[in-house]
Amino acid sequence: MKSYTFTKESLRKKFRLSEFLSEKIITGFALLSITIIILIFVFVFRETIPLFTSKERPTGSREELVQEQYGVVPEPRPDQLQRQEVYGIEPDSALMGNREYSTEEHAAGQERRVTVKGLLGDEWYPVSSNPRYGLIPLMVGTIKITLIAMLFAAPIAILAALFSSAFAPTWLREWIKPAIELLAGFPSVVIGFFALMVMATVLQELFGYETRLNAFVGGIAMALAAIPIIYTITEDALTAIPGTYKEASLALGASKWQTALFVTLPAATPGVFAAILLGIGRVFGETMIALMATGNAGLISANPFESVRTLAATIGAEMAEVVFGDTHYGVLFLIGSLLFVFTFSLNALAEFYIKGRLMKRIQGKIA
Amino acid sequence: MQGGMKETKIVTKDLTLYYGEKMALNFVSIEIPENQVTAFIGPSGCGKSTFLRTLNRMNDLIPSVRIEGKVLIDGLDIYDRKVDVVNLRKKIGMVFQKSNPFAKSVFDNIAYGPRINGIRDKKRLEEIVVTSLQRAAIWDEVKDRMNHSALGLSGGQQQRLCIARSLAVNPEIILMDEPASALDPISTGKIEELIFALKENFTIVIVTHNMQQAARVSDHTAFFYLGELIEYGKTRKIFTTPDHKQTEEYITGRFG
Repeated sequence: MKSYTFTKESLRKKFRLSEFLSEKIITGFALLSITIIILIFVFVFRETIPLFTSKERPTGSREELVQEQYGVVPEPRPDQLQRQEVYGIEPDSALMGNREYSTEEHAAGQERRVTVKGLLGDEWYPVSSNPRYGLIPLMVGTIKITLIAMLFAAPIAILAALFSSAFAPTWLREWIKPAIELLAGFPSVVIGFFALMVMATVLQELFGYETRLNAFVGGIAMALAAIPIIYTITEDALTAIPGTYKEASLALGASKWQTALFVTLPAATPGVFAAILLGIGRVFGETMIALMATGNAGLISANPFESVRTLAATIGAEMAEVVFGDTHYGVLFLIGSLLFVFTFSLNALAEFYIKGRLMKRIQGKIA
Repeated sequence: MQGGMKETKIVTKDLTLYYGEKMALNFVSIEIPENQVTAFIGPSGCGKSTFLRTLNRMNDLIPSVRIEGKVLIDGLDIYDRKVDVVNLRKKIGMVFQKSNPFAKSVFDNIAYGPRINGIRDKKRLEEIVVTSLQRAAIWDEVKDRMNHSALGLSGGQQQRLCIARSLAVNPEIILMDEPASALDPISTGKIEELIFALKENFTIVIVTHNMQQAARVSDHTAFFYLGELIEYGKTRKIFTTPDHKQTEEYITGRFG
């Protein structure tokens, strides 16, 4: 009789405990990290909700806020102060409505609500006796500094990546890449300190502008933080392009430079794109450098040599001194949510819209 | 047809090539005629691809390579110090074993060569692209998808696209490194027809592992073994009455 190797017994499904456990544990950790991230967002968003809903301030924080108000207003004559303040603001804003009779009682009984209109104001004076929470100057500042930083960082980082992937001899490449990557691990407070102490002075002497700490200085300092990130990812994307592309181009009589610029770089578009996005993300959320090198004045202007205050730096500077549960506190969390929403929509837009169009233009339609 | 009246296009004299210390080509001397197809055959690692790549100085890209001897094209030493390798490669097209279209549209793939040569005029570019595609016998298949990515074409189409791309810079010589080794018989047949049509205007040198292919397409055949040129002559003679025992054994499949 013939003996079979393939028997029902030998092929029966077996339960492998280690396999089962490792799979479940890994899945568990993945879910855990996702949950943590979601919880962070839920928490941040939750803190902003009372801004728009609650009519009454919770009694717990009432006492504290009254004290705060005393601390901020130096003059003992509230009526006069109030009159001065009224000129600066739109009278029909909800905030103002409350502030119009700025006696102690009124201030204490003030609503915790802010209106969208108030938030779209052009002044950020959260600790004035007549607080104004206009986010526009902060947004303008953030966008301005991101633009300046990317204007410096993107070309430098991409060209550096092109150099080290296409032109540098192997020994040099082995030095450059780790050296620049080391810069990515630099604490931003060190970069900020360097910008504050050295760069600000040098640049002021070079360009002769008035304000020592401004968007320009901050932008360049941020570029220093963004360059290593953009460089590393671009470099990886460029080296991943198969050598056959390069050979084909060189065999057609293209120079090394033409090959790098017209073949390798376009083929690496998705990677380069991701690199720039990560760079923008870094600059957008960068707090310490903004805090130290930008001057922190919430001005709305197109002049790069004026001080700016960024969203992230505002949270960094003010969160420690804010009253728990206060309007100001809520607005800071709102800024946090805004940072998240901004970054998220930027990435989404880039991923689904710009990338698709760019790829079609550069690499041709995918049938 | 396989007349000896054709002029010689490429001459190598005692060409020796080292990868570091290792000798990969051993005093190779050969004369390749104009407007004919010359096939290089031999077992893997025998130096035929390396030899092909010395003809357009692609080996320059490998830092450890050292070359002795001479390569003359139209009597001119291409390893002379005054020769600009970029200009040299513009006159010599190359098709690789693995089809390697750029990650660009079909049009941009073909237009790449003319563009780097400074042709900006759109009409002129279009003209070149269309003629090149027609000469490579692929125009009918891609004319409706000029703006589509070349990576969406089939393997055989990609390889013909690569041939069209090398034609677009108007070379005099086309080097082919196992152009059909990754293709199915039908695509291979198309490439072979193409080679036959192209020799009218170009000098073609082809490396192949496929003995039948060498017999079908080439006028002359060179047999390489261990970095040496063992035998070189008219294809018919090499495949019927080779002078060397090694050649005969390789062709009849007794080793290799």
